This record gives sequence, structure tokens and C-alpha cells, in this order.
Amino acid sequence: MKILSQTDQLKSVRDFVAGAASDFGFDEETVNKISIAVDEACTNIIKHSYEFAENRAIEITIEMGDGKFEIIVSHNGKSFNPDEIKPPDMKEYLAHYRHGGLGMHLMRSLMDRVEYRAAGSKKSTVHLIKYHPVKVPRS
Amino acid sequence: MTSFKIDVRESQNVNILDLQGYLDAHTTPELEKAFQTLIEKKQFNILVNCKDLTYISSAGVGVFMAYIEDVREHNGDIKFSNMTSKVYNIFDLLEFPRIYDIAKDESEAIAKFLSLKK
Repeated sequence: MKILSQTDQLKSVRDFVAGAASDFGFDEETVNKISIAVDEACTNIIKHSYEFAENRAIEITIEMGDGKFEIIVSHNGKSFNPDEIKPPDMKEYLAHYRHGGLGMHLMRSLMDRVEYRAAGSKKSTVHLIKYHPVKVPRS
Repeated sequence: MTSFKIDVRESQNVNILDLQGYLDAHTTPELEKAFQTLIEKKQFNILVNCKDLTYISSAGVGVFMAYIEDVREHNGDIKFSNMTSKVYNIFDLLEFPRIYDIAKDESEAIAKFLSLKK
């Protein structure tokens, strides 16, 4: 699925991913978690990688197999090193009424793995991975 | 299909925002406008009724965090009611029950506002 970097596209992305996740056999609660995670990834790209430019491309690809459901969100905007962003201490965050910066925290909390890769000089990808509890092959 | 809609009403000196639809980065400006309007009118008792709220992301959650400090400095509060488990799960994941009252229903939330006045 390809979209332009506009927030009115987020619903379509969620619906696309939710459909695939449901077909893969995830329950409703897990489908919702996956939808939110991909929303957060795309929103971060729109805000931070593309700085709200509305004519840039975001591609969402889904790879499934061996119990693994992987969403790959690709863009060619500014990349960043997520390791430089510490997860928030929520107790301190809430005590000081901070706001912003929760998208990445949610992605990491809702998915089993989140990986950031720079592929080539311009393209960057965010990988959101969820394992199906029943489908993962036993070794 | 409604993407996002807010109805505003008042009951017992509490301003109630009935949220309908989904709250994501695209629809949050509507919620921000609603909060801004209430604050400009010096209405600081705000109940967010989530009965018809079908989805929330961190963008939506961020709106509440943006206004809570100002509201509490004016002796008001933002409380929530009628959350579905889908929406509550996100609030819970972010540990929001630490700082927000999340009531089962509207009457419970309004009672909490009234008990603050005593």
C-alpha cells in the first residue's frame, strides 16, 4: 500500500493492516494493537521524517510466514537513530505533565519487535513485528 | 461514516465532551479546538465521555496531557467516563490511571467533580 504523507491517510493504513492481521488469525485485541503501532509509525514519519510535507511517499508492506507478521513502513525522509531516544519514565512523564514523544513507546509496547533500518542512502524502513502465539513453528 | 465528532453539553457545572469516532493525528485538531474553547470560557471542569470513541492513538492522548496542567492550576480537572476496553487498554499501557480519574459512567465521574467542591 502506498500513501502520501498526509494524516487523513492514517485510517486507510489502519484498515489495510487490520484486515491483513485479522486474516492472519490474530484476535481482535491484537489486531487493534497492530493497527495502533502502524498508525504511530506513519505519524512519526509524517511529523519527523517528512516534517509535515504532504506530497511525500510512505509505503506499507506486509510479510507473513512461519507465525511472523511483519509490517515494513518505508520512507525517504529524515532518518533517526531510535537508540538515542530513551523510553520515557512514565511516572516522571505524568508527574510533570509532559506531552509528546509517546508514539515510539507505544510501538515498542504493542509489538513484539520494532526495528529501524536505513537501506541505501535515501530509503529508511521501520519494521513492526508480531508473532502469532499458535503459528510460530516449534524448533 | 463519521470520522470524528464532538458534542459539548453541560450538567451540574461539568462540561461534557461526547467523543464519537476515531481520535488520531488527523482528527485531534477538533479535540484541541474544543478544549481551547472551554478554557477561553474559563470552564475547567471537563468530562470526556468515551462511550462512542472507537479508537485513540498517542496523538489523541497527547491532547489531554497538553491541557491537564492548565486545567488543574485553575482548580478544575479532566476526567473520563464510559471507556471501552480498547481505549482503556491504551490509557492503562501509558499508566494514565495514575493521574486521571477514569469512571465507569458519567454519573460516577460527575460525583467525583462534585466531591472536589466540598
